[in-house]
Amino acid sequence: MPLLTCKDFLTELSEYLDDSLDAEIKAKLDEHMSECPNCWVIADTTKKTVRIYKGMEPHPIPSDVEARLMAALEKKMAAKQRLSP
Amino acid sequence: MTAPSLTAIDETSLVAQARDGDARPFSELVRRYEGKIFRLAQHVTQNREDAEDVLQETFMKAYEHLDQFQGNSKFYTWIVRIAVNQALMKLRRRKTDKSVSLDEAIDTGEDTVVREIAAWDEDPEERYTREELGAILDTAVQSLDPPYRSVFVLRDVDELSTEETAEALGLSVPAVKSRLLRARLQLREKLTRYFKRKGGDAFAYM
Repeated sequence: MPLLTCKDFLTELSEYLDDSLDAEIKAKLDEHMSECPNCWVIADTTKKTVRIYKGMEPHPIPSDVEARLMAALEKKMAAKQRLSP
Repeated sequence: MTAPSLTAIDETSLVAQARDGDARPFSELVRRYEGKIFRLAQHVTQNREDAEDVLQETFMKAYEHLDQFQGNSKFYTWIVRIAVNQALMKLRRRKTDKSVSLDEAIDTGEDTVVREIAAWDEDPEERYTREELGAILDTAVQSLDPPYRSVFVLRDVDELSTEETAEALGLSVPAVKSRLLRARLQLREKLTRYFKRKGGDAFAYM
């Protein structure tokens, strides 16, 4: 198999970080990284990017938005329950 | 006697109870996911008023069509699908003569240019307060193009699988993968401006 170019490396990077590559391709990427400092940095900082966002909770929903949502739903639920036998 | 708390009940039971017409379990499901749905709606519509409409319409439709939820997928994936459809309808109405889809042509011709290559601090989180860090992360996500943004939020923030993200957004698995790669690389680039090692030792690890 020919050596990977940096472009090939970037194309596979996401799946590499998700650990969803075949062992053979993964080994190629590891080999490329050991010889290419730029790609190593890109992989490392992309990994940190994914990590820093993981599980980030949304801002609490504004109370006026939630109040309107709940009011609309209660109306709808009450209407549905009137229709049920 | 007080009613038992619903917060500890698993989602499948909540959905089953809600389907029997009980309002309280459905309200609990809303409470669990309203924040995420509102965030996603804001990301797709880029407009708070539209996002609020999308939020309401999503849960109204979910309640109305609960009997159509098969339980093959997660409840969250199912409501994301509804939310994305509602959001796209909003966008279409806004640009009446142009159809909008999350699948519309996006720049896939060239690989994301990598301009900024520098190692980060070991713990970039330590340089900023929680609020500052939150603002940096939010701004970076907001600046992504919408087709990348929804994929990134579902896949890396909400931690859905590639398949679930594809199902929720009505995209193919390869489309999700290629957008996720681009989103991650673009965010990496943006965050490097904040988190790179200060001074001349950007490559000091070598």
